[in-house]
Amino acid sequence: MRRRASRLHRGAAPGLVLGAGLVAFLLAMALLALVWTPWPPAAIDVPHRLLHPSLAHWLGTDELGRDILSRLMAGAGVSLKVGMIAVGLGAVPGVALGLIASAVKGRSEDVIMQLCDFAFAFPALLSAIMLTATYGAGIDNAILAIAIYNVPVFAKLTRAMANSVMAREFVQAARAAGRSPAGIAVHHVVPNILAALLVQATIQFSIAILAEAALSYLGFGTQPPEASWGLMLSEAQNFLFVAPRLAVYPGLAIALSVLGLSLLGDGLRDALDPRLQKIAWQRA
Amino acid sequence: MRHAFYLAFFLGTSALVSGAQAATKDSVTIGMALEPPGLDPTMGAAAAIGEVTHYNIFEGLTKIGEDFSVSPLLARSWSFSKDLKTLTFQLQQGVKFQDGQPFTSADVKYSFERDAAKASTNKDKAFFASIQSIDASNPQVVVLKFKAPSFQALYHLGMNTAVIIDAKSAATEATHPVGTGPYTFGTWTKGASLTLNKWDGYRDAAHIAIRHATFRFMSDPAAESAALLAGDIDAFPRFQGVEDVSAFQKDPRFKVTVGGTEGKTIIAINNKQKPLDNLKVRQAIAYAIDRKAIIDGAMNGFGTPIGSHLTPNDPGYIDLTGQYPYDPAKSKALLKAAGVKLPLSLTLTLPPPAYARQGGQIIAAELAKVGINVKIINVEWAQWLSGVFKNKNYDLTVISHVEPLDIGIYANPDYYFQYDNKDYQNIITKMNAAPDLASFKKYIGEAQHKLADDCVNVYLFQLAQITVANAKLQGLWKNGPIFVNDLSAMSWK
Repeated sequence: MRRRASRLHRGAAPGLVLGAGLVAFLLAMALLALVWTPWPPAAIDVPHRLLHPSLAHWLGTDELGRDILSRLMAGAGVSLKVGMIAVGLGAVPGVALGLIASAVKGRSEDVIMQLCDFAFAFPALLSAIMLTATYGAGIDNAILAIAIYNVPVFAKLTRAMANSVMAREFVQAARAAGRSPAGIAVHHVVPNILAALLVQATIQFSIAILAEAALSYLGFGTQPPEASWGLMLSEAQNFLFVAPRLAVYPGLAIALSVLGLSLLGDGLRDALDPRLQKIAWQRA
Repeated sequence: MRHAFYLAFFLGTSALVSGAQAATKDSVTIGMALEPPGLDPTMGAAAAIGEVTHYNIFEGLTKIGEDFSVSPLLARSWSFSKDLKTLTFQLQQGVKFQDGQPFTSADVKYSFERDAAKASTNKDKAFFASIQSIDASNPQVVVLKFKAPSFQALYHLGMNTAVIIDAKSAATEATHPVGTGPYTFGTWTKGASLTLNKWDGYRDAAHIAIRHATFRFMSDPAAESAALLAGDIDAFPRFQGVEDVSAFQKDPRFKVTVGGTEGKTIIAINNKQKPLDNLKVRQAIAYAIDRKAIIDGAMNGFGTPIGSHLTPNDPGYIDLTGQYPYDPAKSKALLKAAGVKLPLSLTLTLPPPAYARQGGQIIAAELAKVGINVKIINVEWAQWLSGVFKNKNYDLTVISHVEPLDIGIYANPDYYFQYDNKDYQNIITKMNAAPDLASFKKYIGEAQHKLADDCVNVYLFQLAQITVANAKLQGLWKNGPIFVNDLSAMSWK
């Protein structure tokens, strides 16, 4: 048992490194795109359309003569922006709701969790279609839809984790000492579930990137002429026979980002799990 | 389970078909981008209805050919009165509908009166309403009396909106069409395909080579190319995969023809919307647009530039592409002269086709260069029809108007361009009353000039008709003056 667990732990480390590396690369691309891209990502140059990779255009040009590398970099920025805002907007109310549910118990807890179940029943895609139908297509509505999807994820996780922390002796001691439920939640519960929330946030981040790509592919997310990996995929569809690379690059970018974030999330979970840490310490 | 059944059924039938192919192939599979919403061309506006039914199931009095010529179909011959107000048709004898009912002048009268009726949703209702009376006292002769001289009547009567239907089957034409044509309706698998079978009771059945026809619907250009390459489709008239054309041209298994449609691709402008009600602003937009970049970037070079609302295939066409050449400097000067505060913000609504979605991005980039910031709004067809076409809630949109000789739409001030001009309306009234081709050409020329002078819309290019087909299949049209797949003319080499 001990050997199996330690093998697991040892196996996770390269994953964590690879994941962190991929995510760092994604971050670097997105930050670089803020100040510099080889070409303006939306600059159309019809006479130079569908060019093969060259020194001037490292990954070639797309159907309107736009530089693919520049668009991939700009797309990385969009993905990161969507991931951060959607996870942030989902996590803050989600964690708050989960803590409240765990602290107050009783009917309020039931109502909160039933609301979460209700929200959980709407996938991001469905929320996005409803928001688009009401307020028009756009990246803001896509972010909001993904954020709404994230709220119950964080609420449910927070409540489950908080309940187990609440039962621990030090919390009971704090309660006996007269600390308010809010004080207990902030000072005792949150620090103890932060690691798990961080892991969950990483996973939700990768889901958000995938969701943004899917929504943009379907026309509900980023609107042209802005660059987004999902939009690039959808625009590449008509060129599958003449220029399959147009679809390969954004496809790879999405796959590698999601892979990187998933590996990072898994690696973080293993690294931050106190039980696994203890095993590793015993082995050492 | 149900899919498995269909699959087994499909495999079974395709095995039968390939067995039959060993002798002489007598079936054909045609690809179409859009599926028809119903099958009654006299009551629905979708071009796809005509692509399936016109000439195949339903016939009209006259037949419009590939070169826009008019020839007899259900009418043997015709004659105009001197004042062009009376048109007399001698009808074919011994013609029957597919349900056995005889075809007579009473059917013509019934059909046209139904098309003009209050409840009619016929796309060409205004034309039928211009018929004052229909005399069907002789079963073999129809006399149409028009309120005004109608030189263009023969063309209107050759459209799929003027096909002759039988009173007995009129109510169910949309789901189970019954006409006088060489093919009967077979099956319709919604969302996938529709089949027609040769009708042995047709008056000229001996000359019909194709016995079974299948129409398959696929709106994705990549899927269209894949289906052609796999041999699932024998011909794709109005092929959309413009980027794949050169690959098909190099492949000896296929024959590619490039002709012209009646599609006039334009940037439609909301002429009542400020500041687009200002001629200078509209002209500034026209000068900012490089037609060649749009044809190359959105259509891979397929398309002929136009300068007004008519195509080079049409009678009386005048080349006005030189009136607003690509000139960003002049565009900026006009915007300045118009007193518009720059950057000017406008919306550009784009329906699904590539000419709009890809072309629209080029247009937005070109307008940005002269100081017009365009916000692109991608919409589906239903949204376009309700938002732009019906409610006129738009600034600019890119669209191809595919109806032949439809320059008269500008005389309707309620049309979504919202162009209300008395002089223009007078020109169209005179054009509609033209006694002969020469004077018709004179007025349609004036109309083209007026539209270009007023810069009502920005006229981009004539939509090309690209047909990719099995090299052994013959009888397909190169040009497409109307939306039709004439199966009776097709055969295998």
